[in-house]
Amino acid sequence: MHFTKRGFLGAAAAATLALAPLPALAQEWEPSRPIDFVIMAGPGGGADQIARFIQSVVEKNDMTSRPLVPNNKGGGSGAEALLHMSQVRDTDHTLLVTLNSFFTTPLRQEGLGIDVETFTPIAMMGVDPFVLWVHKDQGITSFDQFVEEVKAADGEWVMGGTGKGQEDSIVIAYMAGAYGLKIKYIPYDGGGAVAKDLAGRQVMATVNNPAEAKGFYDSGDFVPLLAFSDERMESYPDVPTLKEMGHDFSYYNQRAIVGPPGMSEEAASYYRDLFTRVYESEEWQSYLVSESLSPLWMDADGQRAYWQKQVENHRALLAQIDS
Amino acid sequence: MEVLGFLADGILMALEPLNLMLILIGVSVGLFIGAMPGLGSVNGVAILLPVTFLVPPGSAIIFLAAIYYGAMYGGAISSVTLGIPGASTAVATTFDGRPLALQGRASLALVTAAIASFIGGSVANVLFTLFAPVLATLALSFGPPEIFALMLLAFATFVGLGGDDIAKTVFSICFGLVLASVGYDQISGAPRLVLLDISGFLHGIGFLVLAIGVYGIGEMLWTIEQTRGEVTTTTPRMTVSGMLADTKEALARGWKGTTIGSFLGFFVGVLPAAGATPGSLMSYGVAKMVSRAPETYGRGNPDGVAAPEAANNSASTGAMLPMLTLGIPGSPTTAILLGGMVIWGLVPGPRLFTTETEFVWGLIGSFYVSNLAALIINLAFIPLFVWMLRMPFTILAPMIFVLSITGGYAATRDMHDIWLIVIFGLGAFFLRKFDYPLAPAVLAIVLGPIAEPTLRQSLLLSSGDPSIFFTRPIAGPITVIALILIFLPALKYLRRRKPAAAE
Amino acid sequence: MRKGELTTAGLLALFSLYLMWKSMELPVGYIRGEGPGGGAWPFWLSLIMLLSCGMIALNWWRGKSPASRSDEPLLDGYGWRTLFLVGGGIIGFVALVNVVSMYGAVAVFLLYYLRFLGRHGWPLTLAISLLTPLGMFFFFEGAMQITMPQGMAFTAPVFDVLYEIIY
Repeated sequence: MHFTKRGFLGAAAAATLALAPLPALAQEWEPSRPIDFVIMAGPGGGADQIARFIQSVVEKNDMTSRPLVPNNKGGGSGAEALLHMSQVRDTDHTLLVTLNSFFTTPLRQEGLGIDVETFTPIAMMGVDPFVLWVHKDQGITSFDQFVEEVKAADGEWVMGGTGKGQEDSIVIAYMAGAYGLKIKYIPYDGGGAVAKDLAGRQVMATVNNPAEAKGFYDSGDFVPLLAFSDERMESYPDVPTLKEMGHDFSYYNQRAIVGPPGMSEEAASYYRDLFTRVYESEEWQSYLVSESLSPLWMDADGQRAYWQKQVENHRALLAQIDS
Repeated sequence: MEVLGFLADGILMALEPLNLMLILIGVSVGLFIGAMPGLGSVNGVAILLPVTFLVPPGSAIIFLAAIYYGAMYGGAISSVTLGIPGASTAVATTFDGRPLALQGRASLALVTAAIASFIGGSVANVLFTLFAPVLATLALSFGPPEIFALMLLAFATFVGLGGDDIAKTVFSICFGLVLASVGYDQISGAPRLVLLDISGFLHGIGFLVLAIGVYGIGEMLWTIEQTRGEVTTTTPRMTVSGMLADTKEALARGWKGTTIGSFLGFFVGVLPAAGATPGSLMSYGVAKMVSRAPETYGRGNPDGVAAPEAANNSASTGAMLPMLTLGIPGSPTTAILLGGMVIWGLVPGPRLFTTETEFVWGLIGSFYVSNLAALIINLAFIPLFVWMLRMPFTILAPMIFVLSITGGYAATRDMHDIWLIVIFGLGAFFLRKFDYPLAPAVLAIVLGPIAEPTLRQSLLLSSGDPSIFFTRPIAGPITVIALILIFLPALKYLRRRKPAAAE
Repeated sequence: MRKGELTTAGLLALFSLYLMWKSMELPVGYIRGEGPGGGAWPFWLSLIMLLSCGMIALNWWRGKSPASRSDEPLLDGYGWRTLFLVGGGIIGFVALVNVVSMYGAVAVFLLYYLRFLGRHGWPLTLAISLLTPLGMFFFFEGAMQITMPQGMAFTAPVFDVLYEIIY
């Protein structure tokens, strides 16, 4: 089943490429200098690891004539990276590795004057689901029990996350709203620090991407209670989803590659072709499985439509948090 | 003992011809990268990537560890010879290393740094080998209140660091702490202190920007102006017997600092949020505090070079511990190392120690070998670095300016920060003229970004009740000791004043 | 020196006030149940900076700091000239980066400094100021994979050739 899905995606991607205008001309363009590979987050986080993994896949298979040079610009929840992209002079040699702050940061900081819909879609490498975790010594085994315990704690239930307005806080805010929970939220400066303080029981629960909690799950320290994906996750088949509980909510972190506004059509199709090959590579496919990412391949128009939908969704979600 | 068997296997693995060669190359490369202001072990990753495709993961991570060690040794070289701390871990090394170099004793400073680094690294390796799992548990018991208490302690050890003018010292500390808060408020997620609404401030003001500005530009301008361009650092010709004499002197005059740095550095380095920089700063402070002649610190005391250097090496080894045992990065470099493990198909986390025994112990074994290799290679290169100081000052000075600007850009990739370096440099020149101590500001900009969020996380945990710093079993004693240390000089001062006033 | 001490303290006090004002964009008070607000840390520390400047001024008035008793000028003719030539050179260097690329600016700065401030001969000056940027290019772009600013469009052909060499 998995195989056919992959085959289908590959065929779809190939079809997209064949439909691209002037394919012959597109193949002629090649980067003439190193490609500025901007990452919307600091070194070490989930987005950074994915960017460096992609870089190594490209390097290993010798896919480009010029290297991708990772460039961490995580300041201001990625505002720094977005400004860099919108002001960059050499639009054909700059790419951005995004997460959902691509949508939330321009909404939360309207002064930036960034409209993400002017950016150039390149590739959607996958989406990262979220899971609710507790420490095993907390003695909680099901989500119902979790809800009871949080209610019993009466405002003293502490959860850690990566900051107000960040992906995990949106999920927590929705969950808290849906079940009438009072949660004390402590912001940390990255998913790794959050996982560490759950392992040390400084906080009582977290909402993390599976990749960040995997090591502790394997050792039995962390217990997953609830997934915020559309369907049950392959790696955690016993963990129910919020959707099953009757709430129409799912949330993913997008792992996409984006070009700056004004990238030439030739360069864009070169990069789309490049990342299609990265996506289809064995390395990336096994990375998707090992890090529990969900595939969500789309063509350029699909991505544009997806962005529009995400901006609307996030506008509504952020409004809920602030109210 | 089981552990010793694993260790022997690990060392043997590190001594395999391919791995040994990678260690030698890695250490040499790391040494030079670390010696460049602005570049550090993080940049070694760029060199590493192509190598990882040619060799097995075990060898790749050994190569990385070698670069890491080399860069740690190299940091001291730019602190001593150029007077610019190339990395935040080497700030404290400039305090006494630079005066020694100006007295024509650069080789003593470099030898002391090398030997202290080696001993620090060795102590850390032994502690690591024997107590890794226990220490991992200890590291986890440090939550935000504990880390904040530790930062308070780090500040306390630095009370005596400023000049004679208390008002100017206080100004300098607060200035550094405020600069550290520019950019973004982690707790509320809002932009903060974006000065003049220039977007370049969104990513904050990095330690390197201030340090390169103050030391690379400001201090250099001051030296040129003071000496009328006739800087004479009479460095004697390097001979083997001279090096031996330096080694003896380094051991005799730096053993105390080395001992303090080795142990203190390791324990602070083990804590995930802290890392090597607070470790080296605290070691310098403690060495000065327990010294019988604290006034010689800052004027070229070998103990003042030994303590931070032993500590930063020891702490860097310590910082590997949370990474290997828990899969949590203790520094940007270990963060990228972790990414590397994922690329190589390993799962970092608590089970790495048991499931990937060979890999883990190969890495630990390579620590031992890299440390020794770094000592030898470093000692061999010292004459070269000392020779650099013999260059005419009219060549050395522009080279330092060029290294400051290019190194600054390499670290931040933003022209905005380069302009800031120039502004800080010119500002530092004038402040230096009026005896404002600037080292406290540089230290504060390193500690501030750890201290403020942990303070506020703690208060969020306790619903705004500051007693959380006193009631928690680990945070409590640390806070109390820190407060005593902070107020002790003030009490002493008052008691000395009283009899004087009575007369 | 005496005038300079007070002027510096005054300027720093103004800067502290600016920081305090800027901090007030976020709450600076103690929020009940949450601890200090987002602007509290910089606000109160800037206030201490301001108070320190007041102390410095007080010490100046009482003549307690060395600078406040000194009648020497802050910088003599030589000092101002050095500051102007060296400091100005660095500013020129940085300003040139976006015009002739980082490497071009390094070459120009070294040429200026070695020849006009250091009074070295042309052969040495040219050798150092041309070889340094070239060596830096291969070090940063080739070995460390760090791209430096490339200047205006007219520098592009040079870089195309150089990149062709490394990759």
